[in-house]
Amino acid sequence: MSEPMPMPMSMRLPAQPGEVIDREERFSFSWNGRSYPAYSGDTIASALAANGVRIFSRSFKYHRPRGLLTASHLDPGCTIQVGEEPNVRGAHRLASPGLDVRSQNTWPSLRYDVKSVNRLAGRFLSAGFYYKTFIKPRRLWPAYEKVLQRFVHGGVIPDRPEEHDAEARFYDKRYAHPDVLVAGGGPAGMAAACAAAEAGARVLLVEEEHRPGGHLRWGDAADLTLLAELRERVSAAGVEVMCDAVVLGRYDDNWVAVVERSPAGPAFERLVKARAETLVVAAGQIERPYVFAGNDLPGVMLSTAVRRLVNLYAVRPGERAVVLTANGSGDAAAADLSRVGVDVAAVVDARHGEDVVRADGRGGVRWVELGDGRRVDCDLLVTATGWTATTALLNMAGNRPVYRPEAARFVPDLDTLPDTVVATGGVVGDGTREALCEHGTAVGEEAARRAAGAAEQSGEVPSRAWPGVKGAEGARAPSAPHPKRPDAEGLTPEPHPELIHGRTHGFVDLCEDVTSKDLLSAVEEGYDSAELAKRYTTATMGPTQGKLEILNVVGILAEATGRTIQEVGTTTWRPPYAPVTLGALAGRRLEPVRHSPMQRWHEEHGAVPLVAGAWIRPDHYGDPGAEAANVRENVGIIDVTPIGKLDLQGPDVAKLLNLLYVNKWSKLEVGRVRYGVMCAEDGVVLDDGVTGRLGEDHYLMSTTSSGAAAVWEWVELWLQTEHPDWRVHVTPVTTAYASINVAGPKSRELMERVTTGVDLSPDAFPYMRVRRGSIAGVDDCVIWRIGFTGELSYEIHVPSAYGLHVWASLLAHGEDLGVAPFGIEAQRILRLEKGHLIVGQDTDGITQGYSADLDWAIKLDKPDFVGRPELAWQRQRGDHPRLVGLLPLDADTVPPEGCQLVEGAEIVGRITSSRRSPTLGRAICLGQVAAHLAEPGTEVTVRLPDGRLTGARVAEQLASVDPEGARLRV
Amino acid sequence: MLLLECPWCGGRNASEFAYAGEPMPRPDPESAGPAEWRGYLYLRANRCGWTRERWYHRAGCRRFFEIERNTQTHELRPVGGGAGGPDE
Ligand SMILES: [Zn+2]
Repeated sequence: MSEPMPMPMSMRLPAQPGEVIDREERFSFSWNGRSYPAYSGDTIASALAANGVRIFSRSFKYHRPRGLLTASHLDPGCTIQVGEEPNVRGAHRLASPGLDVRSQNTWPSLRYDVKSVNRLAGRFLSAGFYYKTFIKPRRLWPAYEKVLQRFVHGGVIPDRPEEHDAEARFYDKRYAHPDVLVAGGGPAGMAAACAAAEAGARVLLVEEEHRPGGHLRWGDAADLTLLAELRERVSAAGVEVMCDAVVLGRYDDNWVAVVERSPAGPAFERLVKARAETLVVAAGQIERPYVFAGNDLPGVMLSTAVRRLVNLYAVRPGERAVVLTANGSGDAAAADLSRVGVDVAAVVDARHGEDVVRADGRGGVRWVELGDGRRVDCDLLVTATGWTATTALLNMAGNRPVYRPEAARFVPDLDTLPDTVVATGGVVGDGTREALCEHGTAVGEEAARRAAGAAEQSGEVPSRAWPGVKGAEGARAPSAPHPKRPDAEGLTPEPHPELIHGRTHGFVDLCEDVTSKDLLSAVEEGYDSAELAKRYTTATMGPTQGKLEILNVVGILAEATGRTIQEVGTTTWRPPYAPVTLGALAGRRLEPVRHSPMQRWHEEHGAVPLVAGAWIRPDHYGDPGAEAANVRENVGIIDVTPIGKLDLQGPDVAKLLNLLYVNKWSKLEVGRVRYGVMCAEDGVVLDDGVTGRLGEDHYLMSTTSSGAAAVWEWVELWLQTEHPDWRVHVTPVTTAYASINVAGPKSRELMERVTTGVDLSPDAFPYMRVRRGSIAGVDDCVIWRIGFTGELSYEIHVPSAYGLHVWASLLAHGEDLGVAPFGIEAQRILRLEKGHLIVGQDTDGITQGYSADLDWAIKLDKPDFVGRPELAWQRQRGDHPRLVGLLPLDADTVPPEGCQLVEGAEIVGRITSSRRSPTLGRAICLGQVAAHLAEPGTEVTVRLPDGRLTGARVAEQLASVDPEGARLRV
Repeated sequence: MLLLECPWCGGRNASEFAYAGEPMPRPDPESAGPAEWRGYLYLRANRCGWTRERWYHRAGCRRFFEIERNTQTHELRPVGGGAGGPDE
């Protein structure tokens, strides 16, 4: 069922002057399960073509056999599966020993493709295929989807790609800061790169093919001589050359994305993010296919494909050829073919009105009908009908190309480009190799001059010499850009006949299987705008994105709608210029995490980790209920290092605190701490925490763990923008300290055993005070007597390097007291029993201060604080939801957090926190309820996730355990 | 990606900065009514052309600064500088 095996390398020619294959290095690889020989330097496609393979794929919709068209990375007929990698450009990827290569979109085999029956059903797959077919009846959609999936583009990705080499290989990223980035390594691009580098610029040259050189590579002896000279100069000038790499896009301020497809080292691909002072676009030209019946048959090739195959890979493209030519490239292809012994049966000169009407044959070209009615037998039809300037990057820099009918192509309007973007080479116009190099040199020098000007303006340190930059004694250039564009002169587009289609209909977009007839139907159906017709037919939507076919699409639409090509206009090229893997964009999986200095201990003692933002924290050590009970009975210690900490110093700190917190701060004495709540200007609760006054002008502020970064920014915002005159110095010290909360009735006893220099007696160190002293021999510790858990407790902040030591000392000294660590879960139980709210859990993005039971804290009699007007209005209205304690009527059912409270069909609140209280042996909750339900004793209805309704009663206060705070104040 | 000129650090990628929006003068909290206050909270001119905006150099010097940006062309210039855009 597979293709008959041709003679090995039967189509290989004798050595060619510019060939890139190494005949000394011969190996074999596999194509659809069969072994084929190849030479080092061969692409997969050139190796197969050398072995007589003509069919490389089946087309997307009609499953027509497809061969080589461009023999380059753009070839629409040569997308293949290489090992586990789908959608590989077979005419670009180099062959290597043992490669397992398969065709895509074929079943059961490339030669006898079952899906090619689609050809008979073409009616259903014509213009608007996607929109008309398989729409009704809707209930059959799942079945249709299965059918459609069989016809999609693309190969197969492995089920679990992560299992394959995931450790050893990765997608890489890199930054680059070239003065001059040259996109395209043809003669003009190489000349520009050399000129810029010789002038002193750091130059990055990006070339999509495996070696720079552009069309010089398949040219004559003089071309090859120049090529060797340019390569020598590029290397001597110190230009960084990236081959098999492509510029994906140009963004603001010359932010240029480049993907290296085969970087050295272990990376699959590397995304290079370059900031270039000057971007030189030297992207060249792309040869256009011609539209006629049979133009997609294997054996129909562009002249550049023939020239590549013959001159680079020494492959005979066919035995008997017809050449349709309108330019020098077609003439040269005909000459190449004659030179290597291919029988050129006819040269059809389109410059003299001659034409090709159709090509036909099964599985490939067998004969061609010419405009004069002659029928010529052949297996190769070469077309050379014009060029497309690769203006995509210039487009992305704001340029709109202009159509030049006499040259039959869109060219860039250079005057609309920013000074930081210049163009050279084929994208600008045509010229001899000397003219291209001369233009490239002038543009490269100017690119360097502009880069030098930018370097001078930005005061680059250390300064560099710019030996080749004129006008500043060989050092610095005048920073003003050149008044005239350097790229506007020297290269103009040559006259060329406007050849788009012949007398018959053929394929316009070979990726998407769109014909000229489809475009006409789209216009007839009313899709007469180019953008609509493109989307309706999907022309230019395939992997080549219009690079080959855009002018043909525009030309046919123009003709059908009676407009000019300029009026229809070309597509707006957007990034990415070339298809890019998601892996290259995603890069490596690097997710930094934060650990406290006690992490090792937690891990060794069975802590179950909790991911809290970037922090990994112990959720519990096996039994959170027991951990909570131990805090109520004995003493527990918890690692609270992630709590945000800001060191505030200066004479105006009290003013700052008064502004940012809703409560009062001016009378906080040295040695005291106070709980504070911050609201935003819309009155919404932002953060909370305690702040202690360590000295006259010295405070330590704590924030929620998740709010640490945001509060720091918030403080800076107010200080820098509203009160730059206030003298406050802010230092974030979150990770400078390890923080431990020592909680429980025996916490004082434990603290007394390890603390020196602080009198811990209740009278000397009462509730809501701060002291500084030494713990377990560690000086400069800060001790707050506060009580998030509702128990007598001390929160200690110790220099982080001693965190583990202090943690271990507390455990060692408290063994007889029953000291045990507790995790976040136990802390959440304890604080819920105590009715302490958690910002972000019991409040959300619209919870204003009075909806968080903060009436006691909000001091509207302060003249001003952030959010005061909104809070005043909220209080005045009085209709706001309230945060209340809720006791489920069924003491054994804990309604999950987030449950709605309902009143008939209305939602009247929600459960914000809920747990089973080990102290009370019942379910307890906090919840936000509508104003009319906030009275203690009110019964509310809770809707459980399974839809069942249950009741809860509004409690007297948020705290269920020790509402008076007696345990805290002992 | 925009290249933003931090007055302290020089040109840096916009990804180093947090956008803090159009600077809004804070109304007098004693006298402002709800309409004025909510204008300060929520209403922005969002002009097409030259705008004045505030950025925070989060991954750098941690300074807030103001800059003028043309929302149509992405041109940048120091506040009060520049050669007279359409709105000058
Ligand atoms: Zn900065």
